[in-house]
Amino acid sequence: MTTQTMSLGAAINAGLRAAMERDDHVVLMGEDIGRLGGVFRVTDALQKDFGENRVMDTPLGESGIVGTAVGLVTRGYRPVVEIQFDGFVYPAYDQLVSQVAKLHFRSAGRIRVPLVVRIPFGGGIGAVEHHSESPEAQFVMTAGLKVVSCATPHDAYWMIQEAIESDDPVIFMEPKRRYWEKGEVDTSDPGVDLWSSVVRRRGTDATLITYGPMVRTCLDAATTAADEGIELEVIDLRSLSPLDLGPVVDSVRRTGRAVVVHEAQRTLGLGAELSARISEECFYSLEAPVQRVTGYDMPYPPSRVENEFLPSVDRILDAVDTAKEF
Amino acid sequence: MTLPMTPQPGALAGEHELVQLLSPDGTRRHDPRFPDDDVEREEVEGWYRDLVLTRRIDTEAFALQRHGELGLWPPALGQEAAQVGSGRALRPQDFAFPTYRDHGVAYCRGVDPANLLGLFRGTELGSWDPQDHRYGLPQIIIGAQTLHATGYAMGLLLDGAVGHDDPERDAAAIAYLGDGATSQGDVAEAFVWAASYQAPVVFFCQNNQYAISVPLERQTRVPIAQRASGFGFEGVRVDGNDVLACYAVTRTALQKARDGGGPTLIEAVTYRMGAHTTSDDPARYRTADETEQWTAKDPIARVRTFLESEGSTPEFFGAVEAEADALGARLREACARLPEPDLADLFSFVHTDLPPELAAQRDDVVAWQALDERGAA
Repeated sequence: MTTQTMSLGAAINAGLRAAMERDDHVVLMGEDIGRLGGVFRVTDALQKDFGENRVMDTPLGESGIVGTAVGLVTRGYRPVVEIQFDGFVYPAYDQLVSQVAKLHFRSAGRIRVPLVVRIPFGGGIGAVEHHSESPEAQFVMTAGLKVVSCATPHDAYWMIQEAIESDDPVIFMEPKRRYWEKGEVDTSDPGVDLWSSVVRRRGTDATLITYGPMVRTCLDAATTAADEGIELEVIDLRSLSPLDLGPVVDSVRRTGRAVVVHEAQRTLGLGAELSARISEECFYSLEAPVQRVTGYDMPYPPSRVENEFLPSVDRILDAVDTAKEF
Repeated sequence: MTLPMTPQPGALAGEHELVQLLSPDGTRRHDPRFPDDDVEREEVEGWYRDLVLTRRIDTEAFALQRHGELGLWPPALGQEAAQVGSGRALRPQDFAFPTYRDHGVAYCRGVDPANLLGLFRGTELGSWDPQDHRYGLPQIIIGAQTLHATGYAMGLLLDGAVGHDDPERDAAAIAYLGDGATSQGDVAEAFVWAASYQAPVVFFCQNNQYAISVPLERQTRVPIAQRASGFGFEGVRVDGNDVLACYAVTRTALQKARDGGGPTLIEAVTYRMGAHTTSDDPARYRTADETEQWTAKDPIARVRTFLESEGSTPEFFGAVEAEADALGARLREACARLPEPDLADLFSFVHTDLPPELAAQRDDVVAWQALDERGAA
C-alpha cells in the first residue's frame, strides 16, 4: 500500500497525469487549463510537462470544446475536456445530448466515444451567479451518457483515471467546494470500481444517500447525530448513471428510513429517481416516506444566502427526525 | 416609424467573384488559380456517370417515399455537381463529415446507396462504419458536424499527418454544410477553431438558397464566402452546378489543407430544385419562374453538352442510362429487404456495456415481445 496525503484537486491532477503517462492519446482541452493550470489549478503544470499538443488552451466556446473533442475521438484520441464552471456547460448541451450521448447508439456500436467531460459543480464558495450550479440530473436523464461524482481525494485520483479508460462518454462532476480538502490516497489500489456506490459510514437508524460535495456534509450530520445516540448510515453513490442501488437497497431494508441529499433543485433532481426506486425496491421495509433534502426550486441564489439554500447538517437532521417520527 | 424586417431581395452587400470552369452552355475554360489541365475527357465521363447515378439514387428514393416505403427523403436534386465535384476531389485518407442531404458525396465515398435508405425508412440510425469509408453518419443537427470535422483535422495535426508533400500520407477533413447552417453558433465556433489551430479542414457550403422555406437573405447580408475573411482564412465562391469548378476548387483547398495551409471556406452556389424534404411544399415560398431559371443551369445537362462536343459516344450515354436503371431497380429491391430493427437489440448500443438497470428494461421488452408472439400464434 502506497498512501499519500493530497487535496481533492491535487488528486485529480495526479490522476490526469497518470492517465496521460499511460496513454499518449489522452489529451486535455479547455479554457485556461494550460499556462494558468485551470481556474482551480486542477491541471497545474500538466501543459509544462506534456506540451501544448496534449494540454490545449482552447478558444472560448464550450460547444466548440466538446464538438472538436468528438472529432478527435473519431481520430482515435481520448479527450478529457474541462468545462470551467457548471453554469457554463449549457452552450455545449447540444453537442453533449445530441452528439456525444448518441454516437455509439446511432452507429449501432460501431463508434465508441471515450470522452470525459470534467465539470466543477455545486455551490458553497461564495461565487457569483452561474458558478455554483448542480446540473447533474440533466445528464443523468440523457440516455447514452454516464455520470459520476467523486467525494474524496482517493476517489478523485482513481475515478478520473477509470473515467478516462472507459470507452463510453463520462460526465465527471467535481465537487468544487471540496477541491482543497485533504485525505489519504492509496495510489496502489482503487478499492472499488468506478460504477459502484459505497457505504461511507455504517448506521442502523436511517440511511443518508448522497454524492459529491454533500458526502462530507452527510458525514458531519452523522457525527452530530451519533452524539444524540442516532446511528446514520451514509452512502456515497459515486456513479449517478448508471446507479448502483445494491448498497442503497440493502441499507434501507435494514434501517427502514431513507433521506436523499443533494445541492441540486428538488423537482426531478436525482432524489426524485432515488425516491421512486427505493419505494419500488424497499416498499415493505419503509417506515416513512423517502425524505429529500435539496436546493430549493429557484435559480441558484445570491451567495449571501446560499447557506440557507444548500442542504445543511441541521436540515439533514431535521429530515431524519421527520422520518423517525413519521 | 416601423423599420422593415423583411429580408430585402438582392441586398447582399459585397462582391465575391464566382469561379466557373464549365458554363451552362457547356463551354469549358481554365483558371490558373484552380488548375484542372490534367482533367481529360475520360475523367469527366466518370463524373458524368457519378452525376447521373447520384440523381437516380435521389429520384428513386424520392419515389420510394411516395410509395410509402420511406418515411422521409431529403432530395439532392440540382446539387449533384457540388456533391460529386467535391466528393471526387477527396483522397481515400481524407475524412468527410456530411449532412443528411449529401447522397452524392456518400456515393463518391463508396457507401452502398442502399445504406442511405435505412435512416429514412426507420430501420436504422446509421448504416455504415464511418472509418470504413472515412465518411461520417448523416448529421441532422444543423452545423454540428463542422466542429467534428475541425476536431478531426486537429487530430491530423497532432498525428503529424499534414505537410509532408506526400500524397499517400497527408490528409484533410471536409465538412459539408448548407447556407442555413452558417447562422449556427457551432459553425462560427468551427471557423474560430479551424483558424486558430490552422486545422486542415475544408468547409464546403452548398448554398442552395433556402433553409427549408427561409431565403438566403435572412441568413446573411454578405456572400457566404466573404465570411471567411473575418475569421482569417480564405473563402472561395464557386458555381455549385459546375462539377469541373467544384472539383478544381475543392482539390486546391484540400491540398492547401494537407500542405499545412489551414482551412478554406467554399461557397458552392447552387439551387435545391426539389423540396427540402418530401414533407415540404416549395410552392408556398418560391415562384415557378425562379425554379425555371435554375433549370437552365442544370448541373448534368452542361456536362453532357460538353462531352458530346468532345466526342463522347451515344453508346457511352446509353450505357450510363442503363446502369442508372439497374441501380434504380437494385435500390427498390434493397429497400424492401432492409432488415427490421429489434428494439431489444438496441439496448446493447446505449453504452459499450449493459448496466443492470438497462438489462432489466431489455428483459421487459423481450417479455412483451414473447407475449405479442403468443398473441399472434
